[in-house]
Parts: sequence; C-alpha cells; structure tokens
Amino acid sequence: MNTRRDMLQRSAGVAALMMAAGLLPTVARAQAAGYNAAAFDTKTMADLMKALGGSAPTESKDVTITGPDIAENGAVVPLGAATTLPGVKRLALLVEKNPSILTSMFDLTDAVEPSITTRVKMGQSSNVFAVAMMNDGRVLYAQKEVKVTLGGCGG
Amino acid sequence: MADPMRIRAQVAGPNATVRVLMAHEMETGQRKDSAGKTIPAWHIQQVSARHNDKTVMTAQWGPAVAKNPFLQFTIKGAKAGDKVSITWVDNKGDTRTDEATVS
Repeated sequence: MNTRRDMLQRSAGVAALMMAAGLLPTVARAQAAGYNAAAFDTKTMADLMKALGGSAPTESKDVTITGPDIAENGAVVPLGAATTLPGVKRLALLVEKNPSILTSMFDLTDAVEPSITTRVKMGQSSNVFAVAMMNDGRVLYAQKEVKVTLGGCGG
Repeated sequence: MADPMRIRAQVAGPNATVRVLMAHEMETGQRKDSAGKTIPAWHIQQVSARHNDKTVMTAQWGPAVAKNPFLQFTIKGAKAGDKVSITWVDNKGDTRTDEATVS
C-alpha cells in the first residue's frame, strides 16, 4: 500500500540522491537527432548561452516566471515562463543549482502564445530563471527564488 | 511501455489552452539503486505539438523535467473541433503520439 509516510520517505531519499549526484561526472547518453546535448550539460547561464548561440542575457520586466515560493517536494515543482513581447523564438526554464542548469526549452512559432507551464525537479533551494530568446537576438530573463523543503515536512 | 498521454484542449476566448500529462519515468541518470549502481538516464528529450497537422511548437527537455511530465501552452486561433496532437521521443528512441480534439 502506498501510504503518505512511504511517499515522504521516498521523496526525501530522491532529493538526497539528487544532491549527492551533483558531484558525479555526466554520463554519456544516446542522442536523438536535433537534440542539443551540449546545452543540457552546462552549469551556468553564460555557458548555456554559448551552447545555444545567444547573446548576453539581460533582466527584463517583460518576462515573467511563475512558481511557488516554497516547494515542499523538490521532485515536482511547477514552473511557468511567459512574456508579453512579440517575436519570441524560444523560452527556457533554468534552475541554477541543479546538476545541469537547463531543464527545458521550447521553440515557439507565431501560432502559440509565448507562455508555457511545466513541472521540473529541483535538487535544492535555488534561483530559477525564465529566459526568452527573441528573434532579434536579444536574450531576456526573469528570476525568482524557490525554497525546497527537503523531506516534505513543511518547514 | 509508453502509456497514453492525457491531452485536454479547451477553448479560452480566441485561443485554446492545451494541457498534456505524459506518462514517463523521467529517470535522471543521477540516482543509484539499493546496490549502489547508477540507474541509467531515461527521459523524454523532444516534444512536438501539432495543430491541424501544422507544427506549432517543439521542445527539448533535459532530465530535470519532473516524472510524468505536465505541459501547458496556448494555441492562438484554435477553434472547437480542431485537432491537437502531441509527440514525444525519449533518449531510448521510444516515441508516442496522441491526439485530442479541442472542445
């Protein structure tokens, strides 16, 4: 039976392992065509922009990040990225203190609103970023701090 | 594996909001099993969304996307009765496509 206690213990274990794993070398993975593996190996925003060919990022009020202030379970943290500006090529969600800073990126077309929501894993409390890469080459971002309560005891 | 996705596409004003819940383990490749062996990475790498056979969005995901991933986005100008299909490909080459109708 899947009790709440089991759930809590498991999520605590997962979080601990995720933290320990931050020190391990990255394992080579099989790659699908068109998948930018280098970008998913970067540790800082500067390295990420180099891998993606973007310019230096600047903070912007026109980009918004949505997420909880405190996440009880680091295995499931809902994050959203959105912007009010037209001409967005790509939206990305970044978690600063994860083993790899990039969690996901979305290549948009004019047929979708520049606003996406998904759920990510976080190894520990960290700043999270929503990055918008524009068609004209600008790279804008917004940031927010999300605290992760390990073990899910609610602080 | 590859259980069906749950896709809900609902009209919201002139647009349609699409919510997708995929069934996938999303193993990071960083965890270890009880014997101390690393569990190999197994996660969705690419996702693409089509609206009436036109690709409207593609995404690349790392292992940091949560297990059984959730994705929400908005398609401009989608009407009731339109078709929305989502395809994902994972790092083992496994793939799945599911379709839903905007309501």
